[in-house]
Amino acid sequence: MSNASELDALFGGSPVAGMGNSDRSAGLIASDGGARVADESDLPRAWQVLEQVMDPEVPVVSVVDLGIIREVSWADGHLQVAVTPTYSGCPATELIETEVSRALERAGFRAPRLERRLAPAWTTDWISEQGRERLRVYGIAPPAGSTSKRSLLGEKDEICCPHCGSHETEVVSQFGSTACKALYRCRSCLEPFDYFKCI
Amino acid sequence: MTDNKNDLIEYLLRLADNAMINGQRLCEWCGHAPALEEEMALMNVALDLVGQARNWYEYAAELLADGRDADRLAFTRDERDFRNTLLVEQPNGDYAVTTAKLFLFDAWHLHTLQALTASKDERIAAIAAKGVKEATYHLRRSGEWVERLGDGTEESRQRMLAAIDELWRFTGDLLAGDAIQQRLAEAGIAADAAAVAAAWQATVEQVFGATNLPVPQPSSYFYLDGKKGLHTEHLGILLAEMQFLQRAYPGATW
Ligand SMILES: [Zn+2]
Repeated sequence: MSNASELDALFGGSPVAGMGNSDRSAGLIASDGGARVADESDLPRAWQVLEQVMDPEVPVVSVVDLGIIREVSWADGHLQVAVTPTYSGCPATELIETEVSRALERAGFRAPRLERRLAPAWTTDWISEQGRERLRVYGIAPPAGSTSKRSLLGEKDEICCPHCGSHETEVVSQFGSTACKALYRCRSCLEPFDYFKCI
Repeated sequence: MTDNKNDLIEYLLRLADNAMINGQRLCEWCGHAPALEEEMALMNVALDLVGQARNWYEYAAELLADGRDADRLAFTRDERDFRNTLLVEQPNGDYAVTTAKLFLFDAWHLHTLQALTASKDERIAAIAAKGVKEATYHLRRSGEWVERLGDGTEESRQRMLAAIDELWRFTGDLLAGDAIQQRLAEAGIAADAAAVAAAWQATVEQVFGATNLPVPQPSSYFYLDGKKGLHTEHLGILLAEMQFLQRAYPGATW
C-alpha cells in the first residue's frame, strides 16, 4: 500500500494519520482509477468484478468459478465478501484476498471487508461447469465425480486425459505442483498432466 | 466454564503442536527426498499441516487472550510448553522410518479429525471438516507407501520392519487419553480417545495385513508424556532451528 500513502502525501493528508487507514487509501485508489464510488445497487457488478480475478496458481479460472467466493453482501456502507480457502495451508490465500480487495477498490468499492470463512469447508463440487471446462482446456484434468462418494483408502476414479481424452491414465503421485493437484500420466498419448483433486 | 476453557486451550494446543511439529519435521526432506514426486508430496503434506496448525493456534490465541498470536505460540514457547505427541518429534531416519511415522500419525489424525467434525464447538468442527479432507489424502499416500515398502524388495521390507520396531513404542503416547480430553469428550467437544484408538487399530491392521507386516502388541507405559510437555531429546533440537529467527530477532516480519 505504499502507493496509497504516497497519494496521501500528494493530497496533503498527514502521512502518520493516513497510514493504515484502509478506508481512506481505498477511496484514493478508487478515484485515481476513475471509477465512481459504488453503493448497494452495485452488488451485481461486484460479482462481475470478481469474475475477472483469477486464481494465481491456475490463472484461467476465476475465484468465482473456483467457488471460493461464498457470499457478497452490503452492510454499513461497505461491500462484504466471504472467501473460503481451498486448503488449510494454501499459500495463495493471502494473495487471493489482496487481489480481490484491489480489484474491488479499482472498481469503486471503497474498503471492501473480507471475511475468511472456514465452514462449510470448500469442496471441488463448487467449481463451476465453466471453470471445469477452462481447466481442461488449460491442460488440467478437472475433478472427477462428487466428493460425497469418497471412501477412506484407495478409491479408483476414472480420470480423462485433458490432451487426448483417453481414459487410459494412471496416477504418478497423489500430490502435484500445488496442494490442489495430483500428478497423472496418459497411457495413450504418453503425456503427463495435472489432475485437480476431488476434495 | 473457566475449567472448560482451560481444558479447551490445552486440547487446542495439542492439536496445533501435533500438526506444527510434524509439518516442521517433514520440511527437513525438502531438497533431500528420494524422488521429485516424493519431495512434492511431502512438502504438500507439510503445508497442509502447518495450515491446520495455524487454524488451531489462532483459536487457542483468541481464548488465551494474553496478547500472543498464532506465530508467538508457535515460535516463542519453550519445549516444556509443547503438547505434541512424542511420535511426531522423532527424527525422520530413512524413508521407511518417515513413512511409518507418517502412517501411524495419519491414521490417528484422520480418525481424530473425523470425530471432531461432530464437535459441539462450531469452530473446532469447521477446522476439522477442512482438515479431514486433507488428512484423507495423507493417509491414503502413507498407507500405500507402507504397503509398497512392506512387499517391495527384501531390503525395503526389512527396513519397514525395523521402522515399525523403532517407532511402535511411541504409539502408546499417541493413543492415550487423559482427564482433560475425557472431560471435553463428555461435553461433546473433543474426540473420545478410546474410540479413536480402536479405529486406529483397525486401520493399522488393514494396511499392515495387506502385506503381512506383523502388528505388534499394544504399546503400554512409557516414561515420557508429550501431553504434559515431557519430550524426547529430539524436540528441543527441532525447536532450536524452527524458532531461531523469532528468538534472535523478536517480532521480525517480512
Ligand atoms: Zn492422452
